[in-house]
Amino acid sequence: MRGSVRAFGAFVYDFIIGDDWWVAAGVAAGLAATYLLAHAAHVGAWWLIPVLLIALLPLSLWRAVRRG
Amino acid sequence: MGAGALFFAVFVACAVEAVEATTIVLAAGTARDWRSANAGLLAAVGLLAVITAALGPAVSALPLQALRLFVGALLLVFGLQWLRKAILRASGHKALHDEDAIYQAQVSAAKSEPARRAGLVPDLYGFTLAFKGVLLEGLEVVFIALTFGGNAHQIPLAALAAVCAVVVVAAAGVALKAPLARVPENTMKFAVGVMLTAFGTFWGAEGAGVRWPGSDSALLVIVPAILVFAMTLVALLRKVPPASAGQAAPAVAEVR
Repeated sequence: MRGSVRAFGAFVYDFIIGDDWWVAAGVAAGLAATYLLAHAAHVGAWWLIPVLLIALLPLSLWRAVRRG
Repeated sequence: MGAGALFFAVFVACAVEAVEATTIVLAAGTARDWRSANAGLLAAVGLLAVITAALGPAVSALPLQALRLFVGALLLVFGLQWLRKAILRASGHKALHDEDAIYQAQVSAAKSEPARRAGLVPDLYGFTLAFKGVLLEGLEVVFIALTFGGNAHQIPLAALAAVCAVVVVAAAGVALKAPLARVPENTMKFAVGVMLTAFGTFWGAEGAGVRWPGSDSALLVIVPAILVFAMTLVALLRKVPPASAGQAAPAVAEVR
């Protein structure tokens, strides 16, 4: 039973998070910041996710290339 | 989002998944036993139908804002993972996805396992191989169709595009009785990575409460901008030598 739960957890992790957890963490942080800016500060930060992509994708690629 | 763009996006994304599922079923049927492989295929399709029937109404019932935030986040994560792999492949830092090599590796692995009967299934290994392959790739098809369709309020059209993709690819696989190695899968994955990332960016930000300048037409800028950015990264990474020489070998172990 414990093995099945662990296997299911590993499947979900691999399905959603994938090879680099920085990507998922960065996306979650970026969307949370966009939400807070929109609702708490009333700033329409549509540019935040594109800026995040410009930083996050090269960073993730660099980590992958460095790992080999 | 126009109906044609939705159909095209879902069709291409689902076709990529269908190519991979077809390779696995062909390997299971050829190396083991066609009856067991077909039983595994049908069992997985049945389970996918149940999952779709359960998730479809739930996705439709969600408030649009929450749906866009949730789906946008998932599409962004999926899209960036696809794009990351596609850029690494295109720049020579990761082996190209080779359906022929994957097929040969799976056939070879399948032939080495002894046959074991389980109930009505003559060969449990062949059944499980086909079942797992179709279920995993099928889950991605279901996810793509439901999220794209749900966000655009056109689930029937997205479902039709997904079914068309699966039928076209499966028919080609049955006709050829060989892995679909001539499908430009790496190029398609690059395109799908760009599309998922672009739609994830658009819907995620809208779900978080912002309005894009130009509304839906912002996608006409986001999609090419991400494509150009990704191609620039490919060009830059091509100048960086790979960390090890063994990376040019075909990706036989990776199915995703």
